[in-house]
Amino acid sequence: MKETLQRIRENALSAINSQDADLEQIRIQYLGKKGELTSVLRGMGALSSEERPIVGQMANEVRAAIEEALAEKAQSLKQKQLEEKLKKEKIDVTLPSNASKIGHIHPLTAVQRRIEDIFIGMGFSIAEGPEVEYDYYNFQALNIPPNHPARDTQDTFYITENILLRSQTSPVQVRTMEKQKPPIRVISPGRVYRSDAVDATHSPLFHQIEGLVVDKGVTMGDWKGMMETFAKEFFGEDTRLRFRPHHFPFTEPSAEIDVSCFVCGGKGCRVCKNEGWIEILGAGMVHPFVLSNCGIDPNEYSGFAFGMGIERLAMKQFGIDDMRLLYENDVRFLEQF
Amino acid sequence: MNLSRNWLSDFVDVQDISSKDYCDRMTDTGSKVECFEELGNDIENVVVAKIIKITPHENSDHLQICQVDIGNGNITQIVTGAQNVFEGAIVPAAIPVAKLPGDIVIKDGKLRGVESHGMLCSMGELNLTEHDMPGKEPNGILILDECYEKMIGKDIKEALMLSDTVVEFEITSNRPDCLSVIGLARETAVSFDRPLKLHTPVVKGVKDGDKIGNYLSVNIDAPDLCYRYMARVVKNVKIEPSPLWLRMRLRASGVRPINNIVDITNYIMLEYGQPMHAFDYSCLNGSSIIVRRANDGERFMSLDDQEHTLDSNMLVIADKDRAVALAGVMGGANSEIKDTTTTVVFESACFNGASVRVTAKKNGMRTESSARFEKGLDAENCFGGLERACELVEMLGAGEVVDELIDVYPTKAESVVLDFDPDRINSFLGTDISYDSMKATLEALDVKVDGNKLIIPSFRADLGCMNDIAEEIARIYGYNNIVSTQIRGEMTQGGRTPKQQFEVDLENAMCGMGADQIQTFSFISPKYYDKIRLAKESTLRNSVVISNPLGEDTSVMRTTSLPSMLEIIARNYNFNNEDVRLFEIATVYIPTTPETLPNENKTVSIGMYGNCDFFTLKGICENVLKVAGINKYAIRSEANSDSYHPGRCARMYVGNREIGILGQVHPLVMQNYGVDCDVYAAELDFDAIFELMATEKLYTPLPKFPATTRDFSFVCDEDIEVGSIQEEMAKAGGKLVENIALFDIYRGPQVGENKKSVSIRVTLRASDRTLTVEEAEKASTKILNALNKQFNITLRA
Repeated sequence: MKETLQRIRENALSAINSQDADLEQIRIQYLGKKGELTSVLRGMGALSSEERPIVGQMANEVRAAIEEALAEKAQSLKQKQLEEKLKKEKIDVTLPSNASKIGHIHPLTAVQRRIEDIFIGMGFSIAEGPEVEYDYYNFQALNIPPNHPARDTQDTFYITENILLRSQTSPVQVRTMEKQKPPIRVISPGRVYRSDAVDATHSPLFHQIEGLVVDKGVTMGDWKGMMETFAKEFFGEDTRLRFRPHHFPFTEPSAEIDVSCFVCGGKGCRVCKNEGWIEILGAGMVHPFVLSNCGIDPNEYSGFAFGMGIERLAMKQFGIDDMRLLYENDVRFLEQF
Repeated sequence: MNLSRNWLSDFVDVQDISSKDYCDRMTDTGSKVECFEELGNDIENVVVAKIIKITPHENSDHLQICQVDIGNGNITQIVTGAQNVFEGAIVPAAIPVAKLPGDIVIKDGKLRGVESHGMLCSMGELNLTEHDMPGKEPNGILILDECYEKMIGKDIKEALMLSDTVVEFEITSNRPDCLSVIGLARETAVSFDRPLKLHTPVVKGVKDGDKIGNYLSVNIDAPDLCYRYMARVVKNVKIEPSPLWLRMRLRASGVRPINNIVDITNYIMLEYGQPMHAFDYSCLNGSSIIVRRANDGERFMSLDDQEHTLDSNMLVIADKDRAVALAGVMGGANSEIKDTTTTVVFESACFNGASVRVTAKKNGMRTESSARFEKGLDAENCFGGLERACELVEMLGAGEVVDELIDVYPTKAESVVLDFDPDRINSFLGTDISYDSMKATLEALDVKVDGNKLIIPSFRADLGCMNDIAEEIARIYGYNNIVSTQIRGEMTQGGRTPKQQFEVDLENAMCGMGADQIQTFSFISPKYYDKIRLAKESTLRNSVVISNPLGEDTSVMRTTSLPSMLEIIARNYNFNNEDVRLFEIATVYIPTTPETLPNENKTVSIGMYGNCDFFTLKGICENVLKVAGINKYAIRSEANSDSYHPGRCARMYVGNREIGILGQVHPLVMQNYGVDCDVYAAELDFDAIFELMATEKLYTPLPKFPATTRDFSFVCDEDIEVGSIQEEMAKAGGKLVENIALFDIYRGPQVGENKKSVSIRVTLRASDRTLTVEEAEKASTKILNALNKQFNITLRA
């Protein structure tokens, strides 16, 4: 009987390992109700009581071995099938994608948002004002009376004698100070208009971003500090600033501010026209007349204001050589940002 | 302002400082240098030479061979083609290797076989003009005066004073005093801490008993426009060219030399910043000068022979009969200095800046003089300028200065006195500059420091308050030397307002939906309203109009964002860009009254063509609302819009409020833009969407009980909108209806013409229980009944 079990085991295992084994058929043949092993077990009654446990154990071992071999074989077949399936499913990953395309923020907006976020981080709010503005806010309240020569430098579009298209974002300063008491920290981005014909560096409409800080004890050193903080954030940690005294009717002292060229670091290149510096800001300490015009006592408060052209920054930052591209809105241009 | 460094050295000695260092420091202290030019640098090895002998050239009928003395006993042979040379002529000779303007290099050479060791030069070859070298032949070789005989061999740059450095300053409008050599000399002195050497002019006069009163009277009829009028008379004038040094200073400053008297007036304008004028005395009728307003319609011929019509806002200098000058702008042709002039009246006056500005602008003749006056000049400067002019007359031997002067000075301005509080200045600047240092700076700027008072010089009208003084201190101390600090004080809560944040969120969402953001001009052509077929009576045609536009294309502020979008769509179409999807958060300007500002409203403008249809656009518009948290809205068809396809256009509503319009742009509109594909566009009201925005979001518990669905399939007339069927079903189904979704629509021969087969799935659910079959059936029946009643719809068998 032992020999029978041994034979069954060998036959079963060889059948399982054969090339195209039908596992279910093998299971039935050996382990099924009428299977060979089952028949052997049925014949156990004829054995002596000494032999029975020995043969019983042996039969169980044989069953276990067959079951294990069956399971293993089944597992390996499944694995093989999966592998074949995966192989068939191989795709060419270099074929084009079909996801819906993503749009692009306009470069002017992108630069504006970046500047806004830098100042928001320093506690600034964003103030807005009308683009069609009163002469009073655009000029007079800013210490630029009628026939002031400073009006010549900003050729202005007029609607009526008293209403114009703002030539700067500075009127928002005045509107802010009229409404809000210090401490004031605002920036006001927006469109401004000047009667300049369109060319590579001019546009009758462009964007400025203006900033205003008014509080007790604000110094020129503070003004410099904030301009430096901004410039380092925007242009990089190594940026240096150069303040050149200048004149604006609504600030005193005033300056034009250059940053060290962010392309060459100040050595001189095409972007900075070999000067090492790029002019980006006009700024100054708020003129006491302007504070008074807005009902803020210049003996108690001081502050500074600054303004910059977003087109200019965008053009410098992205290396755009023609301002017209910004308003042409060719998608081949827009999709680069 | 172009500053000659030679001229500057009359007043301050900075010749040891390189031009680069000079320009950098001047820029740092507030006189911005645009650039500098070293005159004469382009001329090398050109000397004063004398032609000893001339022989004809054997092989040429126009060339001549000159033996030329080039100094130190050296004779060299130069062949010239010029015909105006003669033996004994003193000429500029370029001796190899020589350099001439325009990067011309002169080397030894042969002309038709004859050696030539250089070139004789014309004035043009030295970059000079007839005005620089009056009376000289402009086309031939420059023949120098005999007095140059003693300079033979000398460098021509030295002989003709061609070497100078010209520094071009950009002077800000508050510093008209710096539009002068003296003003810039003062800035130079304080910037480099060097002494300023001012010169007091001395006029000897004639002392023949003749007095100005014998010649002239001056009256100011308009003292509001003329603060001071000074005059002197010069008799026995001999009009001739100015001496070389004077001509070269004018040339370096960019002013063309004319004759001695006119050159003197220009010289004073440049040196003192005081514009002057010279009249031919013989042309002044009635021996009088009257400063008056022009008569309306008065005709005036300026000395550049332009005719002008004046009005009573303009100031003129007149004799008893007529205007002889437009005050501060330009003299008249009727009294200009001619070669025959023998008696001259010098005017040195101070006019109202605004008046000069307007007059110059209206007559289209902004001059060096008006550009100075319009910034507001110092009446005190009239005297120095006038005296210096007369001194020059005597120095040049141009005439005899008649004794005494006329000075009509109706309103003399008081000196401005300011408080001097160094502590306040230091705390304002964030500096620690000593009193003595501040005092030294201010005194170098001619501000008198008297304890805690400052007496401001009359030429510094820009100094009027503490900030102005602080700026003077700061700019000389150096802005870049002030230590940067961080502001201290109360915290401020920064950030965007909810509306500003919504704009940012919306822009990002639009990008997520594949749209590129555009930026377009806010002003458009009124013709664009025709282009988008806006009805003649549409209120949108009422725009804010720019009174002085650059052109018609940019002459009105847009009341709709559609034309701007379509311009860009058309441009991209013309660039053959495929599948374009664009958006703009565009401001439109809706007029109110003529005296008040328009309403500036923001619009979400969307435009697309290519891989899209109406429903792509609709989806984007719905998503715009969803970004705002608005889930309930209605979209209703619109057949009567001017600009959109009558069958493919809809308006969007939230409650009763219209949010915007969307649809296929009318093919006739796109024809106007030259685009022959389907274009879809939408204009949504950004402000309205923001106002309706769901600000608070409340959680609804997820369903605990299962839903039941019922499908309804039916055939109905094509005209019946699925949207209204769905609305009716929702209404009929009541509270149990969770969702109604179209899942199939079919048109074809089986359903018949003008019919469609529609399949809609209704999801029913109660939040507190599982619906029974009876409840679901009841709801379905209600829905069916309603469809039947409203639309005569029955289910498909």
